Amino acid sequence: MTPPSAEAATLGAAPAIDRRPPSFAVGPIAWLRANLFSSWLSTAVTLALAYVLVSWTLSFVNWAVVNAIWDVPGTGQQVDTSACRAARGEGACWALIGEKYRFILFGLYPFDEQWRPALVVVIFVGLYAISAMRRFWRKELAIIWLAALSVIGVLMWGGIFGLPFVEQERWGGLVITLILATFGIAFAFPLSILVALGRRQTSMPAVKALCVVYIELIRGVPLISLLFMASVMFPLFLPEGMNIDKLLRAQIAIILFAAAYLAEVVRGGLQAIPKGQYEAADALGLTYWQKTGLIILPQALKISIPPLVNTFIGMFKDTSLVLIIGIFDLLNTAKTSIIEPAWQGFGVEAYLFVAAIYFVFCFAMSKYSQDLERELDKGRRR
Amino acid sequence: MAEVVELGKAQVRSAVQPDAQPMIELRKVNKWFGALHVLRDVSLTVRERERVVVCGPSGSGKSTMIRCINRLETHQEGEIIVDGIELTDDLRNIDAIRREVGMVFQSFNLFPHLTILENCTLAPIWVRKMPKKEAEELAMEFLTRVRIPEQAKKYPGQLSGGQQQRVAIARALCMRPKIMLFDEPTSALDPEMIKEVLDVMVELAESGMTMVVVTHEMGFARTVADRVVFMDRGEVVEVGPPKEFFSNPRSERLRTFLSQILGH
Repeated sequence: MTPPSAEAATLGAAPAIDRRPPSFAVGPIAWLRANLFSSWLSTAVTLALAYVLVSWTLSFVNWAVVNAIWDVPGTGQQVDTSACRAARGEGACWALIGEKYRFILFGLYPFDEQWRPALVVVIFVGLYAISAMRRFWRKELAIIWLAALSVIGVLMWGGIFGLPFVEQERWGGLVITLILATFGIAFAFPLSILVALGRRQTSMPAVKALCVVYIELIRGVPLISLLFMASVMFPLFLPEGMNIDKLLRAQIAIILFAAAYLAEVVRGGLQAIPKGQYEAADALGLTYWQKTGLIILPQALKISIPPLVNTFIGMFKDTSLVLIIGIFDLLNTAKTSIIEPAWQGFGVEAYLFVAAIYFVFCFAMSKYSQDLERELDKGRRR
Repeated sequence: MAEVVELGKAQVRSAVQPDAQPMIELRKVNKWFGALHVLRDVSLTVRERERVVVCGPSGSGKSTMIRCINRLETHQEGEIIVDGIELTDDLRNIDAIRREVGMVFQSFNLFPHLTILENCTLAPIWVRKMPKKEAEELAMEFLTRVRIPEQAKKYPGQLSGGQQQRVAIARALCMRPKIMLFDEPTSALDPEMIKEVLDVMVELAESGMTMVVVTHEMGFARTVADRVVFMDRGEVVEVGPPKEFFSNPRSERLRTFLSQILGH
C-alpha cells in the first residue's frame, strides 16, 4: 500500500458540489431570448408573425362573436334571414345553427323521436370512454359492447318496446358518422392484424399471396371507387329479390379499405420486433398463437400506436365520403341544411360547426393515444 | 479473450452415472445455409447429467449446432434425437422437445413488456398449464437461486446485463427442463458481470443438470465440463476431457485456437 498522494487527499476531502446554472440560462426571459429574439432577423420574424396572428385573431373574434347574428325572426319556411344577409362578410350567422342543428345532427330522423339518436350518441361516447380506460380491458368489455350495440340497434330501428319503427333511409347526421367509424375500426382492426400476420407467413405461400393481393388491390383504388362499387355494382351480382341495404354495403367497403391500410401499419410494427423474441418464445415451447398473442403483438402494437391512430383518424374523416352515394352522414346533412333559399350562402357557418364536431373526436383520439403511449412506457425505461 | 475468469472453485465433480442414458444424440448431421455448408457430419452424444462445453472460432458452426438441438434451426441430413424423441418436421415432437430443453441466449431475449416475474411464469402457465399462484412460487424459488428475487416486479429494461442474463436462466429453469442449452451466455456482457452469470451456471452444474454450453470462457470449461468439444469450419475436430483437451491438444487447429484465445 502506498500512502495516498496529496492530490487525491484534496479530491477526497471536497466532494463535487452541484452548482446552480447561471441566471441568464433559465427562466422565461432566457427562453424568450433564446427562442424568439436571438438575432435581429429572428426578432423581425417574431414581430411580423405576432402582428399577423393578432390581427387575424381580432378579425375572427369580430366576425364570430362581436358582429355575429345569433337569432333571426320566424322559423321554418317563414324564416326571415335578411339580418344575416345584411351582415354578410362582417358577422357570422349562427342563427343558422340554432335553426338547423337538429337536422345537422340527426338528419331526417322523425323530429319527435330524435331523443333516440341523441341517446345513441351518448352511448357511443360512453363506450369509447370505458374502452379507453385500461382497468376495463378485460373479457367483460366485450359483453358491454355487445349489450350496448343491441341497445343502439333497438333505439335506432325501434319497432319494439313501444318505439315507432324508423326505416334506415331516414337515419342521418352524427349517428351515421359514429356508426360507420366505430364499426369500421372495430372490424377493420382485428382483420388487419390477421392480414398482417398472414402476409408474414413464409411457410404458407398461398395465405401470404392472398394477403398481398388483398392489400395491394384495395390500397390501389380510391375509397370512392370502392363505395361506388358497393352501392351500384354489387347489387347487380346478387340474386333477384335479395337486397343488402346501402348503409351495410358502405360499411363493408369502409372496413375492407381501412383494414388494408391498417394491415401495413401492423406489419411495420411486427417487423420491428427482434428475431430473438420469436426464438425465446419458441424455445419456451409456446405455440404459434401463444407466441403471437402474448409476446409479439403486445410489443408490435405498442410501437405502432402513432401510425395506427393516424390511420384511425383518417378513417373517421373518410367516412364523410359516403355522401357520394347518398348516405346522410354528418357532412352531408350540413351540406343539405343550407339548400333552402333562405339559408343559401351560409356554408362557412355550417361547415365550421361540423368541423368543430369532427375536431373534437379526432383530437380526443390523438390525445388519448399520447397518454396511452406514456402509460405503456411507464416503469419500463431506465 | 486473453483473460480467464477465475471462478474460485476446484473442478466440479462429474455427475454422470456409469450407465447413464444418452440425452442428446447427433448422428452425421449436415446443414447448409443456402449453398454454405455450415455443419459437416457432426456427431455428438451427450449423456444424462453430462456437461459439455463447445468452443471454436466464430463461424465454426457451434451456435448453429446447439440451435439445431431445439430446432430453432433445421438440419437437412442426419439424425438428432433428444430425450428419446427424434427431431422431424412433426410439430408435436418439436413442442415436446422444447418443453424439456431450456435455452439461454447471448442477447438474453427477455420479454421487455413483461415484468421479471411474468417473464418467468409465462411458459409454465401457458405451456405447462400450471396454476398462476404455483407458477409464481416456482418463479420466486428460481429467482432466489439466481440471487435476484428483489427484482421480480421490475421490467427487464431496468436491470443490468448480468441481472438480465440470470433472469433468462431462471426463466428457462421454471419449465423444469431436463437439458439446458447455453449459446454464448456471457459474450454480450461487460467484463465485471461475467462472473455473476458464470457462478450461477456453476451452481446449476453442481445440481446435476445436463448442459451444453457454447462459450469462450475457458475457466468455466476447466471447472465444469465433463468434455470439451472443439469445432472448426462446421466439423467437430476434437473432443476430450478438459485436462487432456487443454494440456495435450492433438490437432494443429486446436493448438492454434488455444494459443489465440489464451494468449501470451
